[in-house]
Amino acid sequence: MPVFTALLAGLVFGLGLLVSGMANPAKVLGFLDLAGRWDPSLVFVMAGAIAVSAAAFMVARKRTVSFLGVEMKLPAARQIDRRLMIGSMLFGIGWGIAGFCPGPGLVALGMGEIKALVFVAAMLAGMGVFELLERGKAGAASTGGAAQAE
Amino acid sequence: MINWQAFTPWSALAGGILIGLAAALFALCNGRIAGISGVLGGLLHPARGDIAWRAAFVLGLLAAPLVYVLFAALPKPQIDAQYASLVVAGLLVGVGTRYGSGCTSGHGVCGLARLSPRSLAATAAFMGAGFLTVFVLRHLAGA
Repeated sequence: MPVFTALLAGLVFGLGLLVSGMANPAKVLGFLDLAGRWDPSLVFVMAGAIAVSAAAFMVARKRTVSFLGVEMKLPAARQIDRRLMIGSMLFGIGWGIAGFCPGPGLVALGMGEIKALVFVAAMLAGMGVFELLERGKAGAASTGGAAQAE
Repeated sequence: MINWQAFTPWSALAGGILIGLAAALFALCNGRIAGISGVLGGLLHPARGDIAWRAAFVLGLLAAPLVYVLFAALPKPQIDAQYASLVVAGLLVGVGTRYGSGCTSGHGVCGLARLSPRSLAATAAFMGAGFLTVFVLRHLAGA
C-alpha cells in the first residue's frame, strides 16, 4: 500500500508540474529572468502547493505513524550551515543554466525528450559524485553526522 | 516588467494545488517529505525496504505525461539549453540538491509549508543563485 500511495503521489505531482507549465524549462527561465520580461507564474504554483500541503503537515507533524501505519520520517534538521547554503547555491546555478530542477527533468524525460535524458543522466551522475564523497567521509569519520533532511 | 502573454496565474495555481495534494498524500500516507531530489538520490544508497516506494514515486513522475495525454494534448517543453549546458546544469543540480538536502519540492514547497527556517534559507539561496545565473547568462553574456 505505501508503494501504491508513493506511485500516486509521484503521478499527481507530475500532473501538477504539467498543468502548471513548470515541466517546461522556458517557462521556469521566464520566472528566473527578473530583469527581462518576467513571468510570475511560479509564485502561484508555489502558493497553491504550499497552501494545500501546509494543512497536511499540521496534521502529519502530530503523528508518530502515518495513516498507513508507516513510521513518520519528516525532517528534524534545523541548522542552517555552509553545507545547506553552498549546496543550494550550486543547485540554483544549475537551475538557472537549463531551467530544469529534478521533478520537471523527470517529467520531461517521461515525454521522451532527449535533452531531458541528458539532464537527468548528468543529475544522477552528480548525485553519484555526492554519494562517493560522502562514503569517503563516512569511512574516515565512521558516522555520517550530517542530517539527511529530504 | 511583467510578461502578461506568458503569465498563466490560473493554470499555475491549479497545478500548484495538485502538487500540494501530492505532497499531502505522501506526508500523511508515507510519512515523508515529497522532496524529489531526496527520493531519487536515496535510490543510489538503497536501504532495505526503501527501494520500492522510492522507485514507485519516480515512476509516477515519469508516467505523468502518459496520464496527462488521456485528458489533454501534451504541451511540448521548450528546452533551449545546449547539450553541454545540460550536462553542466545536471551535474550542479545533482550535487547541489544532495549537499543542500533538497530542491524546489523538498525545500521550496514542503519546507516552506512546514515553516522550516532551514528550508527558507535554502530556497532563498537557490532562487537567488537562479536569478543571478539567468541575469548573467541572458543580460551580461548575451547567450
